[in-house]
Amino acid sequence: MSAKTPFINVLISLGDDHLILGHRLSEWCGHAPMLEEDLSMPNMALDLLGQARNLYGYAVELEAEGRTEDDIAFLRTDREYKNILMVERPNGDFAHTMLRQFYFAVYMQLFWDDVLANGDARLKEFAAKATKELAYHIRHCGEWLVRLGDGTEESAERMKAAVDALHPYTNELFDITPDFNTCIEDELVPNPETLRKDWNTAIQQIFRQAFLVVPNVQFPQTGGRTGHHTEAFGHLLSELQYMQRAYPGLTW
Amino acid sequence: MYSQGLIGADDKPVEDEAFIAAFQARIDAEEKIEPNDPMPEAYRKTLVRQIGQHAHSEIVGMLPEGNWITRAPTLRRKLALLAKVQDEGGHGLYLYSAAETLGVSREQMTEELLSGRAKYSSIFNYPTPTWADIGAIGWLVDGAAIMNQVPLCRCSFGPYARAMVRVCREESFHQRQGYELMMALAEGSDEQKAMAQDALNRWWWPSLMMFGPHDSDSTNSDQSMEWKIKRFTNDELRQKFVDATVIQAEKIGLTIPDPDLKWNPEKNDGAGGYDFGPIDWNEFWRVVKGGGPMNRDRISARKKAWDEGVWVREAANAFAQKQHQRTEASKVAAE
Repeated sequence: MSAKTPFINVLISLGDDHLILGHRLSEWCGHAPMLEEDLSMPNMALDLLGQARNLYGYAVELEAEGRTEDDIAFLRTDREYKNILMVERPNGDFAHTMLRQFYFAVYMQLFWDDVLANGDARLKEFAAKATKELAYHIRHCGEWLVRLGDGTEESAERMKAAVDALHPYTNELFDITPDFNTCIEDELVPNPETLRKDWNTAIQQIFRQAFLVVPNVQFPQTGGRTGHHTEAFGHLLSELQYMQRAYPGLTW
Repeated sequence: MYSQGLIGADDKPVEDEAFIAAFQARIDAEEKIEPNDPMPEAYRKTLVRQIGQHAHSEIVGMLPEGNWITRAPTLRRKLALLAKVQDEGGHGLYLYSAAETLGVSREQMTEELLSGRAKYSSIFNYPTPTWADIGAIGWLVDGAAIMNQVPLCRCSFGPYARAMVRVCREESFHQRQGYELMMALAEGSDEQKAMAQDALNRWWWPSLMMFGPHDSDSTNSDQSMEWKIKRFTNDELRQKFVDATVIQAEKIGLTIPDPDLKWNPEKNDGAGGYDFGPIDWNEFWRVVKGGGPMNRDRISARKKAWDEGVWVREAANAFAQKQHQRTEASKVAAE
């Protein structure tokens, strides 16, 4: 095990968050509630997939074992993916999708802001681009949260249902695995725990405008960071990996 | 004076001989017709129909390609495909906006699409069973679309012509991307080559049908040519497409599925061109009339997205109204 291994693992787990959420968002393409959203959801998915490529690319470079970004993205088994569970949850309705995106974007914005101040030099380059993209995700999804929460009776109900369904998955954003802990000590990445307060504040601020209440989560759902995924994940992988599994070792 | 002005604005122009002649003179002088200019009702209707169909084609066209976004074989290909499908949505948006300048709303046009009253390009009623179909669509379908659309950049109706400038730039990028995808397959394993050839076999004839019926059977052609909405006939464009594409197929070692395809030095006024075999117009009309392999699926996918999105659109409207009322109320309070 090289001294860089914990950092490589952390980069891959962050890359997984972006790949899997990008995959879910991209499922909407062509099926959105309005044409404007057929443009904006793929737009956000493109940002996420671009960040996944950055993170995987950096990981394989540090690893220096000849693996490519595509080996990481397409050729692992489910236990080897370390994304948080929230990003793999099926899209549900538009309220679910906007809320999940908002939760994630607010967290990553805080994460990258901290990287810009204190983190690894290469991550700073990724952060410079990501913070601009995420500012758009936060604005776009935040506006939808308010519109839906303060729209019709039905949309308000759906927004509340989304919060109930997804909030239990948010705690995993702040999980600190042993690898993550090593990287925090090496000052490569921020300590997620220090981001929690600002994340809560940002969520509460939008929730107030959207007439939503942060629920008391009795049983947080976690497991993705250690490779323990939900049932939906295997189906996602079978789609994502189809070509690479059916036609191994080819150039596309 | 004031009321007279209003009456004048509401009235449709009287389409007497002088009016028609003056309009045609503007067209012949290559002047652009703008939305508020007087125009014959038939010109307006033709454009609403054509731009609407074009917009619907972009939107329905997102489905066959979108079918492969989650299964693209590499991250690079996935990003390119996602960006491409997003571009198609963007084209739909410009085109709906261009049609809206002629007094028809996007909702109206969408309802016409979903009810089957409005058509879209029949090519999208074919399925995309393999990854190579993504290459074939980019190369052939976008290639054929460019042949049709480049002349539309000079179309007499200003908003349509201007929208086409940007659309064509993006389509030509897509076409190169599709060809590059096919090239990668053609240079790959036997399986990949077979996949590429199979896709070409399935998309070739439908691509030729994209130019529409033969000139002798095309009902809308003459008037559209006179109005300079169209600049070339269906058969002229089809010939250009064949001549450009055959060489591209040869270059990557794929075979055009047409035993009658043959170089003819006499064609195109002696510049040379390809003779090609007869098009199966029965198949064309079958697909146009709803009997293609994917007609039902395409419309039901669009209908599902539209119906499931009702609550979102209603919420957005309700919220906008509330915001408006709040602004008004705060104005009153401030007074």
